[in-house]
Amino acid sequence: MLRIVHYINQFFAGLGGEEKADLKPEIRTGPVGPGRLLQSLLRGKGEVVATLICGDTYFAEQPEEACRRLADLLFTLKADLILAGPAFASGRYGLACGEVARMALNELAIPAVAAMHPENPGVQAAAAGAYIVPCGSSAASMKEALPPLLALGIKLASGSALSPDVDGYLPRGIRKNVTADLPAAVRAVNMVLAKIAGRPFTSEIPLPQFDRVSPAPPVFDIRQATVALVTESGLVPAGNPDRIESSRASHFARYSIGGLGAFASGKFESVHGGYSTDLANADPNRLVPLDVARRLQGAGGIAGLYDYYFTTVGNGTSVQKAQAFGREIAAEIRSSGVKAAILTAT
Amino acid sequence: MAKELEREGIPTVLLCNIVPIALTVGANRVVPTRGIQYPTGDPSLSREQEQAWREHLLMTALKALETPVTGPTVFPPDPKE
Repeated sequence: MLRIVHYINQFFAGLGGEEKADLKPEIRTGPVGPGRLLQSLLRGKGEVVATLICGDTYFAEQPEEACRRLADLLFTLKADLILAGPAFASGRYGLACGEVARMALNELAIPAVAAMHPENPGVQAAAAGAYIVPCGSSAASMKEALPPLLALGIKLASGSALSPDVDGYLPRGIRKNVTADLPAAVRAVNMVLAKIAGRPFTSEIPLPQFDRVSPAPPVFDIRQATVALVTESGLVPAGNPDRIESSRASHFARYSIGGLGAFASGKFESVHGGYSTDLANADPNRLVPLDVARRLQGAGGIAGLYDYYFTTVGNGTSVQKAQAFGREIAAEIRSSGVKAAILTAT
Repeated sequence: MAKELEREGIPTVLLCNIVPIALTVGANRVVPTRGIQYPTGDPSLSREQEQAWREHLLMTALKALETPVTGPTVFPPDPKE
């Protein structure tokens, strides 16, 4: 008998709405709320042995602490499968469900599946390995949302091989080697012929979709503007005090350039793992143009430079991470009166 | 990162060597540079010439920050500088 633990928020547990959203993780025996419907769908194939409940705000504000508490609660339950949600289009609930599914699978090695709308920000957990099945955007589709969640969970718990195409979950960004019937050249030519003839074909390499950002209005007079220097070239003080990774950077850092006229070789260095850094280390101003920017500042070309420069390594760094870095940097410099940014990229 | 800064209303000029990637991703103000390993340098030049090149790049970048654009736009530096 499959022992299932179900994760839901305070709202679906019937404990309250926003006023109860800071509820700490707690546990109930047996199914609660939508878990009762799950239980009826199981028809003897398993049992919802417990329900984990956490307030959405509590989880969103301290996801690591929430996960630690939930992991502690899970410890004695001997769960074979964790199901989270469905979270529909609810952002904080979705983040929690995705994170619970990721944590259970990656850290506790318990099969786990979450359900949410494909545009829920919680789907980002899929990129970290979580199994997420898509569902509708509101609880009106609860009946349709639960069977696929349960079906994927049962299949995952059985140890069967899964694929997003067959099993309907959101791609996790994992590539698997398969043997194709035809050599790559033949497949490529067949695709070109299909494209010319207007026949449908499927690319083997889905292209990433990049959104478009409306350009920011220009600076009226750059001579009166304070400018920030930003880089993804991996330029850091010698010794890399914040341990920025040479590839797949998990963070950025900011370092003072107050009173600094130029980057001195030996005092600053690049930790970027994607290019040969010899030429940059010989003169770090080749990565971030501090020397000339200071000269322009002295000559009145700009009013000033922001007191810190921002740096990370853009080598295999995920778009999501880079977006988060950009948002954080923007928040800081905007509140400091910076009017424009110069971003150098390798 | 350039896009997120622009999204927040901060005009941002991206100095980089691989312009097609910058345009595909959707950076709005792009100044092409001479090498992946040295976005604001050119080690083939003498020290004085390299300083002059960096200054020209930066002037081009500042001009880009003062220019209204409607989408991803390249601001080429003068190759003779």
